[in-house]
Order: sequence, then C-alpha cells, then structure tokens
Amino acid sequence: MKYLYYPGCSLEGTALEYNSSTRTFMQELGAELIELEDWTCCGASAAEATSHLLSLALPALVLAKAENMDGVKEILVPCSACYLNLKKVEEKIRKDRELLDQINIILAEEKLNLRGQMKVRHLLDVVANDVGSKKIFARVKKPLTDLIIAPYYGCQCLRPYSIFDDPEDPCSMEGIIKASGANIHQWNMGGRCCGASHMTTKPEVALELVAAILKMARGADAIVTVCPMCQMNLEAYQKKISGMCKEDLSMPILYLPQFLGLALGLSEQDLRLDMNLSFTKAFRNKVLS
Amino acid sequence: MNPLEKLESEQKSETAPALVIDSLASIRDMVSACIQCGTCTGSCPNAFAMDLTPRQLWYNVLRGEKETIFHSKTFSLCSVCYYCTLRCPRGLPLTEAMSALKQIAAKENLAPYKKSTRFYKSFLESVYRHGRVREMELMTLYFISMKNPFLPLQFAPLGIKLMGKGKISFEIPSKGNGALKAIFRKVEELEQN
Repeated sequence: MKYLYYPGCSLEGTALEYNSSTRTFMQELGAELIELEDWTCCGASAAEATSHLLSLALPALVLAKAENMDGVKEILVPCSACYLNLKKVEEKIRKDRELLDQINIILAEEKLNLRGQMKVRHLLDVVANDVGSKKIFARVKKPLTDLIIAPYYGCQCLRPYSIFDDPEDPCSMEGIIKASGANIHQWNMGGRCCGASHMTTKPEVALELVAAILKMARGADAIVTVCPMCQMNLEAYQKKISGMCKEDLSMPILYLPQFLGLALGLSEQDLRLDMNLSFTKAFRNKVLS
Repeated sequence: MNPLEKLESEQKSETAPALVIDSLASIRDMVSACIQCGTCTGSCPNAFAMDLTPRQLWYNVLRGEKETIFHSKTFSLCSVCYYCTLRCPRGLPLTEAMSALKQIAAKENLAPYKKSTRFYKSFLESVYRHGRVREMELMTLYFISMKNPFLPLQFAPLGIKLMGKGKISFEIPSKGNGALKAIFRKVEELEQN
C-alpha cells in the first residue's frame, strides 16, 4: 500500500492531531504515505462561493502536481472538504474535455498540465477497503469492548458522489470500529450536516444542527469523525450548546485514526489525544486505564 | 445600499449587467426541469432558518425574480451538504445552483451577504498570499474586513482554547510570496471574457 498524501491546510493547524494520528496509524498498518511536494490549498468552500472556475483550478493544480510524482497513482486525503474538491475535478474532467482544456490554460501559468490520471481516495475509503477490518482486528492489542461508538461521516465524503459508501445510509465505519472490539451506537445522524463554516458566519443556525447531533449521540461513549470541520464543530461548542439545551451534552469526539490507534496500542503522544478539545476524564479512564 | 439598488447601480456600469443577467440565465438553465416537488426543501438541514424554502427559491429563479432572490437569505444558508442534489428526482445540480447564486452575491458585493462574502474572500486572500490558508490570518483578515471591534470577542474563548492547545498561534497577516498570483489572475482573465 503506497499513496501520495495530501494533508490540506487544516491538518497543519487546527487539525494537527488528525495529521499525526493518520500518519502513525497508516504506518503501523504497513502503508507508505508520500507527502505531495509543494502542495497548495484546494479552495475549501470559499472558492466555490466566489468563483466556479477558481473552485476547479485550485484542486486541479494539486492534482497536476500529484501526477508529476512518479510511481504513485492514488492520492490519499483525510479532510472531506479537500477530498470532495479534488474528487470533483477528477469526475468532471473525465466527462468534459472542454473543461479540461480550460483548466490546462490556467495551469499553463505554472507550467503544469493535467491529464486526469490520479485517483482521489478518502482516508475512510482506504481504511475500510484497502486496510479492512480483518487486518485491523488482527493487530488489535487493546480491545475496546466496553465502548459504544457513534460513527459520524458528515456530508462531503458521502455526497454527491457515491464512491465507497451509501450516501443515504452510510456504514463503512461500522466494520472497522467493530474490529476494535467496540460496539456501534445505532443512530440516523451519521450523514447529517454539522453546519460547516456557518459556525463562523451564522452560528445560530450551525449550533442548532450540532445540538441535534449531540442529542442523538446520548448513550454513546464517543463520536468518531473523518473531517476537520465536523470535528471542530462537534467538539468546540459543547459547553455553549449544553447551556442552550439546558442539559449536559458533552461528548468526547475523536478522529477515526485516533480511535483505531488506541485499539492498536499506539501511544497517546503519537495520536495527539492531548489536542482534542473534548476528551473527558471519564472517557480517558475507560480507554487508557 | 440595499441589494437591489446595488444591482441597479452596477447595471449602469460597464461589465456588471451582462454578468448578472447571464449568470441568472445560466442558473435558470440548471433548474429548468424543476417540477416543484419540494424534495429539496424536505431534505435541507437549514430550511428551518430560511425565509424562502429551496423549492420557492427555484420557482423565483425560473421566473427571473431577481429582487426576491437577492432579498432572500436562502442561498447563503446552503451549507453544501448535497442532500438536495442527491435526492432531486430530476437529477438537477441544486447545490451547484446555490453556489452560483453565492458567486453573484460575492462578485456584486451585495450587502445582505457581506458576512459570508467577506469570510470567503478573507480565506482566499490568505490562500492567494501563501498558497495555503493560515487559519489565524484568515480570522484576522475577516475581523478587519467586517470593521466591527466587538466581533473578535465572540471568537476569543475558542481562540484562547486553540492557542492553549498549540493549534494556532499569533500571526500578523503578511504579504506572503504571492504563491498563487498567476493562477488567480488567469482565472479572473478567463472569467471576464
């Protein structure tokens, strides 16, 4: 297993622990990640809200740089927003040669040319399908049998493209979470929206969405995520939302490789659990005792 | 200035009228097969906060009611979850159509959407300068653009928490090396033609 690795901007800042735990976890499972040289931003949701062409040019630039790296045909992306932006270009240029020509006029400014040879893969897709639950199960050193975990997928790794999971009723996390020994919290909020960047510009709306998710997670020991935006929205406003709803809705939120890494016996330092904003004492006692 | 006055005044200038009319026409094409079934409205997680439901918004787009469209906050409340696109029985690119409306609001700097627009533009400014977004710089640029001295206070508790965790650090916005200057310039050039 060898992949090009595109961490994306969040993983160098507010999602450092996602970066660190992804690298450690994948290495432990024998995968080689080669970071894309000189990578640039995918445009996130900002480019799409201002210019359609820019929202395709920025991820196309990333893919063109990726194609120039020898011997690797798949690019692994842990952030769902980055994943969708790159995937969108992969999908669109396959059907629209005219668009590809237009993109290449832009990329010529950087002396680059996109051919459409790179396959974009989300971390969850790779962990669920290339690694798989059997391999994870075989490596478990510390079965987490006492835990009930709520898998949270968010939107952009599921929709609009149904690549590796059912966009209405996702389940790709269930097998790999069960492989750790943990149980699945049954709920129908796994693919619901966390409000994304509304949390900054329209918090009154996003707080409602997150409140609904946290309420439905009652009974679980933790929520597991695969996107920096979801992670931040679910973990950073729990106190405020608890006050709003007049009940304690605090809940540990972990990135998927952090959670699976615990079962594999990886160190707390490598998984950077110190960086999570909602790692409760009760949960710590349960998993690290 | 209200959005309409803004639209009208822009239309008197050289390039704006074509842009708004063309853009609305191309959005109308995207939703022209809409049968007004309301599946989008029923699927939208943000519909509870909208003044027009998504279905009503598409009705107005089909009729070219730009006054109604650009007085409504509906499209700016789209959080790009793609449920409507996934479920639309006509297979219409509804999330893309929402984004296309946001693009008009951003290009025309329409007043009701300035919070979102300034946030997106601050984000892209940081990307333009450095090639990657610097989260602290993005927020600083956003605060400066909003010209509201109390705005940073709303974000202070989270900022302090994140700084305590070493996830962000104080960073004075800098010019950077203009890493993506050529790309941005070319996109703009192509869009004007």
